[in-house]
Amino acid sequence: MQTLSAVMVHVVGSLINLDHPGHYINWGFIQISVANLTVIILMVIVFILAILIPFHRPGGGGDR
Amino acid sequence: MTIDTETQVNPSADLPEDAHQLTAKLRHAAVEALPPQKLMPDRQPAYVASWIYVFGILTVSALAVVILTGIVLAIFGPNWWHVSTVGLFFNSLHLWSVEVFFFCMVVHLWGKFFMAAWRGRRRATWVSGVIAFVISVATAFTGYLSQQNFDSQWISTQAKDGINSTGAGAIMNVTNFGQMIMWHIVLLPLVVGILVGGHILLVRLRGVVPPFAPPDQLAIEVKQGVPADTAATAASEVQA
Repeated sequence: MQTLSAVMVHVVGSLINLDHPGHYINWGFIQISVANLTVIILMVIVFILAILIPFHRPGGGGDR
Repeated sequence: MTIDTETQVNPSADLPEDAHQLTAKLRHAAVEALPPQKLMPDRQPAYVASWIYVFGILTVSALAVVILTGIVLAIFGPNWWHVSTVGLFFNSLHLWSVEVFFFCMVVHLWGKFFMAAWRGRRRATWVSGVIAFVISVATAFTGYLSQQNFDSQWISTQAKDGINSTGAGAIMNVTNFGQMIMWHIVLLPLVVGILVGGHILLVRLRGVVPPFAPPDQLAIEVKQGVPADTAATAASEVQA
């Protein structure tokens, strides 16, 4: 069990290493962390997908 | 068979002589405004069949997880959530459910903003949602201050000057853990809960806002003398 958790920590930990100070992007007076910018970009992507991807409607038209 | 005229006036009263009582009147008004079928409908309008309409209930679902994990954290306390593996797990659940809560709430907000969700007598629904969003941000900030670690100490000292500059520092001391934990687990969740509850009741009362009608459909309806809001609603429902 301990071996498994050690492997999981290694695998998951190797995907994104968070054990360091945050990275920041500077553009003039604007400063934003990469983590916050990533979340904002993800929200925009999800928002666009939510509008574009068709919703499954069992039974076709009318009230559902 | 006799017809009871008093209970016909106020059918929610069990006995005719109770029809004038405050409880009977309140119950009657509540059922009139939101009958059970309207409060928990089996069907939704056809235009709701879009992923953008899902983010409101996703936000509420995330809030439920936030509250439940928060209750567990409150029961066992900081020593448990910092040291025990199960405590760390619930601490993480609480944090990530908050992340999901805000993520879904922002997408929900964008969706409602771009479809002008205050149309059709839905101003109170929109405003209650906006206030709930702002109070949720304050609740999250006090959560960061309540972690009981170096991170919360750092955040509190950074926030102190900002709060003082607003003049609120006299009543809200962000370096006072006792005060911040009470705001985080009692006062602000109570306000968020009331606002979200009211927001959902308003959605049920006024209905889910329809998308904008196609311009040609809307032009025909408005030309025929139908008010723009009603025309947009009707055209969207016809289209769906």
